[in-house]
Amino acid sequence: MRYATPASAKEAAGLLSKEKGAAFLLAGGTDLLVKLKMGMVEPDLVVDIKRIPKIDQIQTTAKGFTIGAAVSGAAIGEHKGLKAAWPGVVEAANLIGSDQIQGRATLAGNLCNASPAADSVPALIAAGAKAVIVGPLKKRTVPVEKVVQGPGKTCLAKGEVIEAIALPKSDARTGDAYMRFIPRTEMDIAVVGVAISLKLERGVVKSAKVALGAVAPTAVVVPAAARALVGSKLDDKALEKLAIACSAACNPIDDKRGTVEYRTRVAGVLAKRAAKVAFQRAGGAL
Amino acid sequence: MSNATLVSTTVNGDPVQFACPTDESLMTALRNRVGLTGVKEGCGTGDCGACSITLDGNLVCSCLVLGVEAEGRDVTTVEGLSQDGELHILQQKFIDHAALQCGICTPGFLIAAKALLDRNANPDETEIRYALAGNLCRCTGYDKIVHAVQDAAKEMRKSSKRKK
Repeated sequence: MRYATPASAKEAAGLLSKEKGAAFLLAGGTDLLVKLKMGMVEPDLVVDIKRIPKIDQIQTTAKGFTIGAAVSGAAIGEHKGLKAAWPGVVEAANLIGSDQIQGRATLAGNLCNASPAADSVPALIAAGAKAVIVGPLKKRTVPVEKVVQGPGKTCLAKGEVIEAIALPKSDARTGDAYMRFIPRTEMDIAVVGVAISLKLERGVVKSAKVALGAVAPTAVVVPAAARALVGSKLDDKALEKLAIACSAACNPIDDKRGTVEYRTRVAGVLAKRAAKVAFQRAGGAL
Repeated sequence: MSNATLVSTTVNGDPVQFACPTDESLMTALRNRVGLTGVKEGCGTGDCGACSITLDGNLVCSCLVLGVEAEGRDVTTVEGLSQDGELHILQQKFIDHAALQCGICTPGFLIAAKALLDRNANPDETEIRYALAGNLCRCTGYDKIVHAVQDAAKEMRKSSKRKK
């Protein structure tokens, strides 16, 4: 196994695209090293992006935030500006694994691992996040919901690298929340995850985005759930419509953590709770 | 050793060099090449926390870090906790509270507990339990460990007051 530490994302993309054998990108390593240990992957080349300048930093820009691909969950949790703007994204990122995992795991890695139950992905989708992708020849920006295409599958072409996750600006009337259900209090994989972001105007929901995790092969955006909230002050009728829309969007699996029926039902229940938190964070009065 | 790479790093304050294959974990390198066997292998997949270290001050599982990634970094293992032959307060409190039996999980708990107390000098029981959720113990259960951390925190707060 060859190990490379490129000095730029473009150089990383070049190394990955030229490699004839099995090439893997290393950021936090919390998925890659497990796969290595289990013998699930046998890399000829590992490209460690952590030596790229600024890739471990969160930049606050005029457009919002740019979170470098090697920023750890712990660093995200310590960033006051990000926490104030997108608390739902931060809480989703911080739900992943233990403090030890938080010391290494990244948002870009959670996205690229493409697990249906990835906690940060629905939260990023609801917040309108985009992946900044660098290829050997060109750079492109893709909405997070377009990145994952199936369990373990992404839209990244050979040689393409996610350099950063970009989050838009948020304001006092924007609120987001992420909630997940697991059978224990900590250290488990989501049975259902619900992320909701909404914007208020005079106390009424003006726009909303709802994304579900762990109930389909990829995180799903539920426009009908968002429509249920728009124009409402989050009255019981709107919440009921939201829950029905979320349950209707579920296409889950049965496993030891939850049955199809259970996941479908819980998606609606959690959506109501997450909507209330997002609404209050946007300054809404319940 | 095919593909061996020379790694220069700092371990417990001392400059250290070791050569390891590129696919070897930092945990294995620390144990087998640097001789720091306080780093324990439990699961090898980041679930049990027995191999916890700090890397540039961040709490991580050393089984989920490649040895070659340690180049130029700053590593702390359980061997770095005692100073001048004196146990760290956390280590003493683990003994006082009998917060260990077989001892395999203990170095990881000590490193994780120290990481917690470094950022929060007065954690409540819930905060301690969450902060140590990445460390598994199959002998004592967790109550004695939590008590030891609470007691150590109390003593450390006292001694930092004395210093002021």
